[in-house]
Amino acid sequence: MAKNNVIGIVSYGAHVPRYRIKSSDIARAWGKDPDTIINGLGINEKSVPSIDQDVATISVEAARAALARCDIDPQDIDAIYVGSESHPYAVKPTGTIVGEAIGATPDLKVADYEFACKAGTAAIQSCMALVKADMAKYGMAIGSDTSQAAPGDALEYAASAGGAAFIIGNKNVIASINYTCSFTTDTPDFWRREGRKYPSHGGRFTGEPAYFKHIVSCTKNLMNHVGTKPEDYNYAIFHQPNGKFPVRVAKMLGFSPEQVKQGLLCPFIGNTYSGASMLGLASVLDIAKPGDRIMVTSYGSGAGSDSFDITVTEKIDKMNREKAPLVSQLIQDKEYIDYATYAKFRDLLYWE
Amino acid sequence: MREVAVIGVGLTEFGELWDKSFRQLIAEAGSKAIFDSGIGAREIDALYVGSMSAGRFIGQEHVGALVADQAGFSHMHIPAIRVESACASGGLAFRQGYLSVASGINDIVVVGGIEKMTDVTGNAASDILATSMDQEWETFFGATYAGIYAMIANRHMHEYGTTREQLAQVAVKNHANGALNPYAQFKRPIELKSVLNAPMVASPLGMFDCSPLSDGAAAVVLCSMDKVKKYTDKPVKIIGSGQASDMLPLHGRDSLCTFEATVYAAKAAYKQAGIQPKDVDVAEVHDCFTIAEILAVEDLGFVKKGDGGKAIENKITTLDGQIPVNTSGGLKAKGHPVGATGVAQIAEIVFQLRNGADKRQVKDARIGLAHNIGGGGASCVVHILEAMKK
Repeated sequence: MAKNNVIGIVSYGAHVPRYRIKSSDIARAWGKDPDTIINGLGINEKSVPSIDQDVATISVEAARAALARCDIDPQDIDAIYVGSESHPYAVKPTGTIVGEAIGATPDLKVADYEFACKAGTAAIQSCMALVKADMAKYGMAIGSDTSQAAPGDALEYAASAGGAAFIIGNKNVIASINYTCSFTTDTPDFWRREGRKYPSHGGRFTGEPAYFKHIVSCTKNLMNHVGTKPEDYNYAIFHQPNGKFPVRVAKMLGFSPEQVKQGLLCPFIGNTYSGASMLGLASVLDIAKPGDRIMVTSYGSGAGSDSFDITVTEKIDKMNREKAPLVSQLIQDKEYIDYATYAKFRDLLYWE
Repeated sequence: MREVAVIGVGLTEFGELWDKSFRQLIAEAGSKAIFDSGIGAREIDALYVGSMSAGRFIGQEHVGALVADQAGFSHMHIPAIRVESACASGGLAFRQGYLSVASGINDIVVVGGIEKMTDVTGNAASDILATSMDQEWETFFGATYAGIYAMIANRHMHEYGTTREQLAQVAVKNHANGALNPYAQFKRPIELKSVLNAPMVASPLGMFDCSPLSDGAAAVVLCSMDKVKKYTDKPVKIIGSGQASDMLPLHGRDSLCTFEATVYAAKAAYKQAGIQPKDVDVAEVHDCFTIAEILAVEDLGFVKKGDGGKAIENKITTLDGQIPVNTSGGLKAKGHPVGATGVAQIAEIVFQLRNGADKRQVKDARIGLAHNIGGGGASCVVHILEAMKK
């Protein structure tokens, strides 16, 4: 993709369900040592969607938050792409529900995306292309999930719920996306077959040849192309399947823990899958100043990464970011549930 | 019976080798062994390969012909034999190769051992390994190998006062040795407290008491003693080979604290070699779990029954001890690709007897022993090798 300083983020919004379950409660339910789990994964607690929350409601909340922060007429949004691996329907789009709920229908391009945890950033790329091609005035890219985990699986400590929406355009851009690139291979580290309730994964195989290889390669490719170094960035956001991987991959690439901190949400809300790197970006935009440079690299199992080189513009100061909940407020607004309630909310119980 | 020597050895690194297939691994180990021996491919009379469950691990049976083909030997049309005896598949393949040369039927054979275990999940691998227990009396009721060996450990602790710390010391010693072995899966030392605090698998055995799931292959070249001069001035002679079996499930045996298969296989090997246990300078024993090494050093006669725990505590079996055991790191640290293990044990003994074990070399090692167990002790193969004086 050619360099283009005009296209970027015009507005953004986030949503995280308010229920939380502590890792220690999950560990106790399965007879595991809580400290070993918490230290091993770097996750203290995770968000849990309530019975009436799904990817459609989370996406609508995030989309409304994005609209609240700007003056865009929803009718000017010409495309909505929702990335998720937990769309409520196998056949029937989530994007139409979002479009209708925010008043963007019917002159609207819609599709649902799936690429494990990076479908949302893929949607950003599609929206950028549409805006660049003058096929859309604004595009809305959403990453949102209510991710699944089999009871007792290690994933159960991480798989959580949340999402973020980004309005992409070329007017009143608060953060320009200078460049984006992707790195994709066929690497089966994590998958869920059609009709299966819970995903399968390759254990340690999800690390070195999957997460680390793709994020490191994609981020390096981006920096080589743009001609930047890790120290050029104020913030870096890497996909966060647990609290440890993003810190380790940052170190491998030469980024410091300080650069990663603001976008690292997994210890407090778990892995929001398609929402993860996008919520991290939203958290950074909540406090970013004009001129700040941001690196974002998502990761989706299967496998691929999308990297973004972003520069915050002076327009961000004109935005009233308080018009919608900040990510830090969403994290603080919480109510704990026990494992039994969690089991009810997540449909783990069986009856006839 | 003719005398037989090992004239070449080859190993792959052991570990989670996601980038290497079953075929690549056996071809790598085999070609290293053949290169090490100095033979030409056309001189090979037969091929033996130990593999426990390629059919379940990678969906591939008919491994004998496959390996010959992968080695590039298909045009030679030599006999290629796959040998299975659970975790003793490699040791038994070695014995079959040895017997075929000793009998005069073959002059030169290549023996390989291989397992590719990490293409399946850990749970699936446990299920596959459990197929070598008694399906009707053990596996069906939910037994696992960790469970079986935990029962043995509990009984050994009850009968002889063996302690949790003594079990843990086996893992610490073997990791210390593995740190010196470039082929090992775990090349790092561990501390006693890490073993003691590790997640419990089957009480009293924690995670660090258990050998890992591994990919890897090993191969050796065997040659009739009267022909070795052509190839090497460092042949390692096989002076004893013993094999024994026992009741498949544990429950019918006289004791949980001894593997009769080891006792009988060792007795046969010692008798053929004309040596006593005290004559052994270095040994590779089957430490699939820490308790298994304690049983082995007793059943092989290195210490008297019940003293295995004290042996590790008194450092009799460390690298600089009276009888160094598992200088390679053992199954615990070197890794345990089940079909490869028995052949890899022979490779380590050959390294030692050729004075080529580098930082883990046992000084003046002349006689070495390899002990390979199948399952919960229902099969055992013991080999004794001797360095040839120049």
